[in-house]
Amino acid sequence: MHSLLQRGNSILAYALSVLACLTFICFASTVFLNYVTDAKMNTVKVVVKNVPDYSASREKNDLGFLTFDLQTDLTSLFNWNVKQLFLYLTAEYETPSNELNQVVLWDKIILRGENAILDFKNMNTKYYFWDDGNGLKGNKNITLTLSWNMIPNAGLLPNIFASGSHSFKFPAEYTTTRM
Amino acid sequence: MDFGTMFDDVKRMNKRQFIYQVLSFGMIVSSALMIWKGLMVVTGSESPIVVVLSGSMEPAFHRGDLLFLTNYPEEPVRVGEIVVFKVEGRDIPIVHRVLKLHEKSNGTVKFLTKGDNNSVDDRGLYAPGQLWLTKQDVVGRARGFLPYVGMVTILMNEYPKFKYAVLACLGIYVLVHRE
Repeated sequence: MHSLLQRGNSILAYALSVLACLTFICFASTVFLNYVTDAKMNTVKVVVKNVPDYSASREKNDLGFLTFDLQTDLTSLFNWNVKQLFLYLTAEYETPSNELNQVVLWDKIILRGENAILDFKNMNTKYYFWDDGNGLKGNKNITLTLSWNMIPNAGLLPNIFASGSHSFKFPAEYTTTRM
Repeated sequence: MDFGTMFDDVKRMNKRQFIYQVLSFGMIVSSALMIWKGLMVVTGSESPIVVVLSGSMEPAFHRGDLLFLTNYPEEPVRVGEIVVFKVEGRDIPIVHRVLKLHEKSNGTVKFLTKGDNNSVDDRGLYAPGQLWLTKQDVVGRARGFLPYVGMVTILMNEYPKFKYAVLACLGIYVLVHRE
């Protein structure tokens, strides 16, 4: 006869292998799906100031302020292997001192089951738009893009760009008034 | 399996059989080491698999989730990626998301990170006086995700007696068990 320990051991081993197999099927069934969709964005108000950055070097750096509109429908991205989407709005630009600058201005976590149809009007940014120096004033080409990091139940963690972006420029003069 | 029959097995072994058992135990240990070192070569990361130890990335990653990392030098770090980095004076690597990034034309990159579940960026976590992370601080970039599996290592680290008990049981089992 089999002892209690042997029975327990084989039940546990079998349960674990079934779980591993199901997890793999869950991963394999969604790994080749396309997670790209459209997003429309636009900037409303764009202002640049020159103020000391006390969070970093304490030197006077350019600080951009903007409000934006954002419209997108991400419902189609969700399936049984998407636990959450981490959305982030990135400003990408070039300055004389840095070849590439990327600053995340806003982010949002959408769990599966939550409302994934976004329509924001005149939203404020969530994070400060500090430049690493004084490269924002009069900058002619700042590109806003929306991306998401897909967090699965088990599987890969891709970062995907939405199709659709928006370019804008900063004014050539600093704003000195308070906002 | 009670202790009497266990040691009967050992008594019935001759010297050659016992040495064979010890060698097969050594094989298991060394093949585990080889797999780990092999993964280090394939992924380019000094620690290809990490266990999430804090809730700072919730709801994406919880304590005990497993992350698979790569660290290929030709793949640039970009905003929105989840990086695992080490900070001077802290033993445990941190898993957080890149929030801001500035890259110079000679390829030097500096970036700032933030945990999804934290309300402020990581400057308070960095070494005193450190404002940015660079490529040298990065252990790897999160590429794959597997939930719960790392719970075993967390249990083992929090209850060292449990760890030694498990190791002793496995060791005795391999030494005593005859194929």
